[in-house]
Amino acid sequence: MARLQRRARLQHPAAWWLWGLGLATAASRTTNPVLLLLVIGVCVLVVDARHDPATVNPLPAFLAIGAVIVAFRIVMTALLGNGIVGETVVATLPSVPLPDWAAGVRIGGTVTLESLLYAAYDALRLAAVLACLGAANALASPRRLLRYLPATLYDVGTAVVVGLTFAPQLLTDAREVRAARTLRGRDGRGLREMARLTVPVLETAFERSLGLAASMESRGYGRAVRSTTTSRRAATGLALAGLVGVLAGLYGLLDSSAGGVLGLPVLVLGALLAGSSLLVGASRDPRSGHRRDRWTWTETVTVLAGAVPAVVLVVGSVQGWEGIVPSQQAELPAVPLVAVLALLVAAVPAWLSPRPREVAP
Amino acid sequence: MITFEHVSVQYADAPAPSLRDVTLEIPEGELVLVVGPTGSGKSTLLRTINGLVPHFSGGTLTGRVTVDGLDTAEHRPRDLATVVGLVEQNPSSTFVTDVVEDEVAYGMETMGLDSTTIRRRVEETLDLFGLTPLRARALRTLSGGQQQRVAIAALFAAGPRVLVLDEPTSALDPVAAEEVLASLHRIVHDLGVTVVLAEHRLERVVHHADRVVLVDEGHVSELLDPAEAMLRSRIYPPVVGLSRLVGWSPTPLSIRDARRKAAALRDALGTSTPRPVADLRVIGPADAVTVDGLRVSRGGRIVLDGVDLAVARGSVTTLMGRNGAGKSTLLGAIAAQHRLAGGTVRIGAAGDDPHARSARERVRTVGLVPQQPELLLYADTVAAECAAADEDFGAAPGTARDLLDRISGGIDPAVHPRDLSEGQRLELALAVILSGSPEVLLLDEPTRGLDYGAKKRLGEMLTGLAAQGTTVLLATHDVELAAEVADRVVILADGEVVTDGPAREVLASSPAFAPQVTKVLLPQTWLTVAEVAGALARIA
Repeated sequence: MARLQRRARLQHPAAWWLWGLGLATAASRTTNPVLLLLVIGVCVLVVDARHDPATVNPLPAFLAIGAVIVAFRIVMTALLGNGIVGETVVATLPSVPLPDWAAGVRIGGTVTLESLLYAAYDALRLAAVLACLGAANALASPRRLLRYLPATLYDVGTAVVVGLTFAPQLLTDAREVRAARTLRGRDGRGLREMARLTVPVLETAFERSLGLAASMESRGYGRAVRSTTTSRRAATGLALAGLVGVLAGLYGLLDSSAGGVLGLPVLVLGALLAGSSLLVGASRDPRSGHRRDRWTWTETVTVLAGAVPAVVLVVGSVQGWEGIVPSQQAELPAVPLVAVLALLVAAVPAWLSPRPREVAP
Repeated sequence: MITFEHVSVQYADAPAPSLRDVTLEIPEGELVLVVGPTGSGKSTLLRTINGLVPHFSGGTLTGRVTVDGLDTAEHRPRDLATVVGLVEQNPSSTFVTDVVEDEVAYGMETMGLDSTTIRRRVEETLDLFGLTPLRARALRTLSGGQQQRVAIAALFAAGPRVLVLDEPTSALDPVAAEEVLASLHRIVHDLGVTVVLAEHRLERVVHHADRVVLVDEGHVSELLDPAEAMLRSRIYPPVVGLSRLVGWSPTPLSIRDARRKAAALRDALGTSTPRPVADLRVIGPADAVTVDGLRVSRGGRIVLDGVDLAVARGSVTTLMGRNGAGKSTLLGAIAAQHRLAGGTVRIGAAGDDPHARSARERVRTVGLVPQQPELLLYADTVAAECAAADEDFGAAPGTARDLLDRISGGIDPAVHPRDLSEGQRLELALAVILSGSPEVLLLDEPTRGLDYGAKKRLGEMLTGLAAQGTTVLLATHDVELAAEVADRVVILADGEVVTDGPAREVLASSPAFAPQVTKVLLPQTWLTVAEVAGALARIA
């Protein structure tokens, strides 16, 4: 018997964003370049297999920004140093003598491989987190995520969507403005040209974002039916408190220096608060769905695939496994096998998620 | 249904109020047309109806606007969404989702309709607006006209009792515009929806209107009978122009009414023939633009397939055709904005390849004013923009400014280009491009948002440029502009040239692209009111 052809569908956007968040958490806990490059590789792989063809793929731009960050950090470290004392001298730059009160600051001087590597690893971590954000953006457009944002969070929701669509929109606009620029006889290359492009690109993107917000408003987004102002305010307050809690908790979890002990309880409390406000809001939320994305086993698999590396790397960094934070020596860092396997798990959705809808070009 | 009581709107920093003391009552189930010159306050008037002015735009609104008994001062636009649907001028910036079908469903989702109803209404709406073949398309890949139809469909699907549309047909080809208007007509007559629309292309809409409101410098007339309004209005369609010329009464608004009265005029014109436009200027050999076997594919789809075209020096050629036929892509390919998949583009007798030139050299030969002229504008004042243009094109200081003064009806040089009206922005962009004095001028849909006055100035300017030897190639849906200026009309369909010939022949023989005067006077082939006036003067 022939197998029934499944209808192509898009995976639930929340699943992709939770997956991206998990991977970003994992990336933020390590400075091991092998692991970080693996994170970026997983992002590229999954996006390549499952990105939503209806939107412009923003991942390349996020990767480009990451590359710029890494390059910038390395150059700045070579010029200014970063307080890491190393033995392997790569080059000696002419140094600028500074007065005594500027002790601890230097310009030029010896450049050691150790300090460069440290800077590169640290910047690579940021690049990897950006790649995760870009991947989530490419896999599920923030506009789709918006449909699941509770009506109680109306104002926050608009801001988030306008903010999230801003970056991809910026790229489209930059391309368009650059093309239009050639019509005025400019090739759009060079620093001065870049500076001149910035304002019109930002303006266009802002205008679009405002247009989007106005359109959402006039099409009834965030309507509160049959609710009083006080109850709406209470729900919003609750939701905001919850959100702050979640953010504080996440910060605690992500930033090991703040102490993971505080992070988890705050996160749980925040999640509870936010969850309850969402429940209150959802009961009044009049919105309904046309072909709403369903939450099936593939969504659960995707979220788990993101959660596994997050948990493993958080545990690894708390317990201080070797290679999670490589030593400051000019040698190939040890690669913890468990972490590698955990990160590879995150690539599973590239196969175990539904093929995205076919969108005619 | 909609009442305005002494409504005035004043934006911060604006020298004069945008609306002054408007008192108006629009009854249920009427199709009301708002008529006024560019920048007269039409958009502001429309946006007060669903409360975007002042809730979203800022500014101060005094007086009271009520819609279906709801005061817009107390209800935010989102609460009015079940009652009022607003289709904005530029639909692409208002899409909330990424795919046609999702966009149509979006409004119904926020309203909380159950999913069975949504499914049914989505299908009905897609059929009504002819969008079924596009349902799975990504919105950003649609042509301007298709996007406009999606925007109207998305609003209509949500089932509001009032539909407000700002220039709904300005980006549409004549046939698509007719379809949209027919569906508006149907929802007004069959479903009792109140429709308020502003439109510059009166020739398309005025005969559909039940009532007309004239707007001028913030003053708004009461509801007028369309024929009476057209007698008073500063802007009017060609058929009304013809009626004013000949003195028909009552003023006919549709072709059909006009034809019934036109027998005498046809007899009077008798055997005199319109003077061919080519007499007015010397048209050079057909080597200004030579396109040979051009193929362009965008996003994996072939948009142009083997287009051959040769344009004569010093002529005005109009590219016409359905939305999405490839007109913009053809212009873009000539200006080296798109990579070619095959074929060649050559400019001038020397056979210059624009694709082989740097941008700086290219602008001397080809200038393109894109569909969104604001993409060309970067500076923060009009004056600075003109100065930057002089510098970009290496023109003498003041060139762009002089051009602008010639083209426009007076633009304040201290204004930010983004605060200009759509028509004024086009004029500024045109001045910028012209300061490079290109041999070939390409214009992509230049009449969007232009009133008749601005369009007339544009037409005169293009004719003047052609007389000086500039070759003009413009893509437009505006048959009246084509009738005014074109020597030659090329019709594209599905990426191929289907018709190519002298303007009079092509326009008069096509039911979709014939201008109003031609339709009224067929079988005689007059294109414009001015031609008829000239002939009558010669006879007398």
